[in-house]
Amino acid sequence: MVYAPPNQPGSKVSFKSRYANYIGGEWKEPRKGQYFENITPVTGKPFCEIPRSTSEDIDAALDAAHAAKGAWGKTSPAERALVLNKIADRIEQNLEMLAVAETWHNGKPVRETLAADMPLTIDHFRYFAGVIRAQEGRSSQLDNDTVAYHFHEPLGVVGQIIPWNFPILMAAWKLAPALAAGNAVIIKPAEQTPASLLVLMELIGDLLPPGVVNVVNGFGIEAGKPLASSNRIAKIAFTGETTTGRLIMQYASENLIPVTLELGGKSPNVFFEDVTSKKDSFLDKALEGFGMFALNQGEVCTCPSRALVQKSIHGEFMERAVERARAHVPGNPLDPKTTVGAQASNDQLEKILSYLDIGRKEGAKVLLGGERAKLSGDLEGGYYVMPTIFAGNNKMRVFQEEIFGPVVSTTSFEDFDDAIAIANDTLYGLGAGVWTRDVNTAYRAGRAIQAGRVWTNCYHLYPAHAAFGGYKQSGIGRENHAMMLGHYQQTKNLLVSYDPKPMGFF
Amino acid sequence: MQRVTCTPEAAALIRALRAEHGPLMFHQSGGCCDGSAPMCFTVGDFKVGSRDVLLGELEGCPFYIGGDQWERWQHTRLIIDVVVGRGAGFSLEAPTGKRFLTRSEICAV
Repeated sequence: MVYAPPNQPGSKVSFKSRYANYIGGEWKEPRKGQYFENITPVTGKPFCEIPRSTSEDIDAALDAAHAAKGAWGKTSPAERALVLNKIADRIEQNLEMLAVAETWHNGKPVRETLAADMPLTIDHFRYFAGVIRAQEGRSSQLDNDTVAYHFHEPLGVVGQIIPWNFPILMAAWKLAPALAAGNAVIIKPAEQTPASLLVLMELIGDLLPPGVVNVVNGFGIEAGKPLASSNRIAKIAFTGETTTGRLIMQYASENLIPVTLELGGKSPNVFFEDVTSKKDSFLDKALEGFGMFALNQGEVCTCPSRALVQKSIHGEFMERAVERARAHVPGNPLDPKTTVGAQASNDQLEKILSYLDIGRKEGAKVLLGGERAKLSGDLEGGYYVMPTIFAGNNKMRVFQEEIFGPVVSTTSFEDFDDAIAIANDTLYGLGAGVWTRDVNTAYRAGRAIQAGRVWTNCYHLYPAHAAFGGYKQSGIGRENHAMMLGHYQQTKNLLVSYDPKPMGFF
Repeated sequence: MQRVTCTPEAAALIRALRAEHGPLMFHQSGGCCDGSAPMCFTVGDFKVGSRDVLLGELEGCPFYIGGDQWERWQHTRLIIDVVVGRGAGFSLEAPTGKRFLTRSEICAV
């Protein structure tokens, strides 16, 4: 069954024709009364209007958040955990509606939103509900009469700017730890995908005290900058690219506040020669792991966009890999059978096409795809790209920059040392994959690759409770894990003397 | 040989943005999401670092790239174009519904 597009008979979701900002628990028109059109990449047509907010709206959200932070920060962990669990339950009860909304709005296949984006979002809220209950401060007995107590305290009001590739899931990754830790939040969705978080807030807004979560939409320069540069936030979190990451750090430096950044990568997926030693389900799994470059149309910060295959098996492995990838062609994202949907925006489509051009000019060989996919009917105006496999070498631009499309650049390596050298020859270090039947090779490779997450005999799993974050230019901080709480908390040390006698020093 | 140039459409957009915002600069981004996109800022908003490389000027506006990134891009010549879109990030043109895009040619070495 193909899901009906929004606002049509039988559809799971209806979008409003115009949205407001969510500030202080209420829907507020942007102060300047300006809006922009939100386009679905499925058809390339606009489907709703979104506030084009400015510093006045950010100020209103800051006011609301500061009014809310005191009471929210003093709630017990049990109360906050209950709220997070209720949010998870509410999302679960409306999973199909949110999945269809997300697909329409981002272009990703509904198969993925149903099976990954929404279930992971739900679990993420439940995970942080759990870890905040279990979190303990530490105390140390420094000597017989002196004790150091360490308490966790919320930072207060935090800013979050999230990307467009997993609009609801990335919001959950940032909101869940911030809320669990007791902060009030101002969150700005990406301008390409501003609507689904608003649909989510319509659903869960009543579960939160007013002002604890404020959603302000708009352009980076008009709304993101006043948020990131405000001296009324205690921390800023950003997921995106490196120049804006530097700008965010620069603004934060003016206010001396902490940042967490996730800026992407160019993740190597390394296949050692023993993967083809048997024609069994493990080989099948490894080939599936290769094909993961097309998951979410390649719009994943950890897209396995460089495949390194040992020379001794390169021909055989690539033949199988290309054949397997051939089956995945773009289709209607609302069809549950579709495995490759639309790219999120026209400019993203154009950027991918520019890299297909650069790859050819650099001399990379096109083993599969290499062009825009033209769909028919209503989908004709949508932004679709054929999954593409390049063969070349690691010095090429298509091996050095994240294309953020369904594009993998493949090359071969001689031996273990060569594999590691190529894998690490990148500015980034977010994700990596290692495939081998030999546990010693797996361990040594995983430790040698300079990346925050090395999937070993698996890829693209994002369970809560496994730390996710970057080495090198890929960013700062670790999401998806209890340790993220530390990025949203202050440490209060009480240094207490239980000795009634003076020190005898003055 | 110029390392960075722009199309007439990009030049027109740069002039329009300069008329509205004053002196401009560019910084070539990398990484995810809008990575690989050129970012346009008013001069002084983005602090140019000591390792950034000045590749040239577009309509009199300096165009920089991170030094590490340039090491890996230096076999290419950049042509800044404009496409329909709004990008993400803090680039100045986003509200116009247009987005700067980096196209590339290979340099003969």
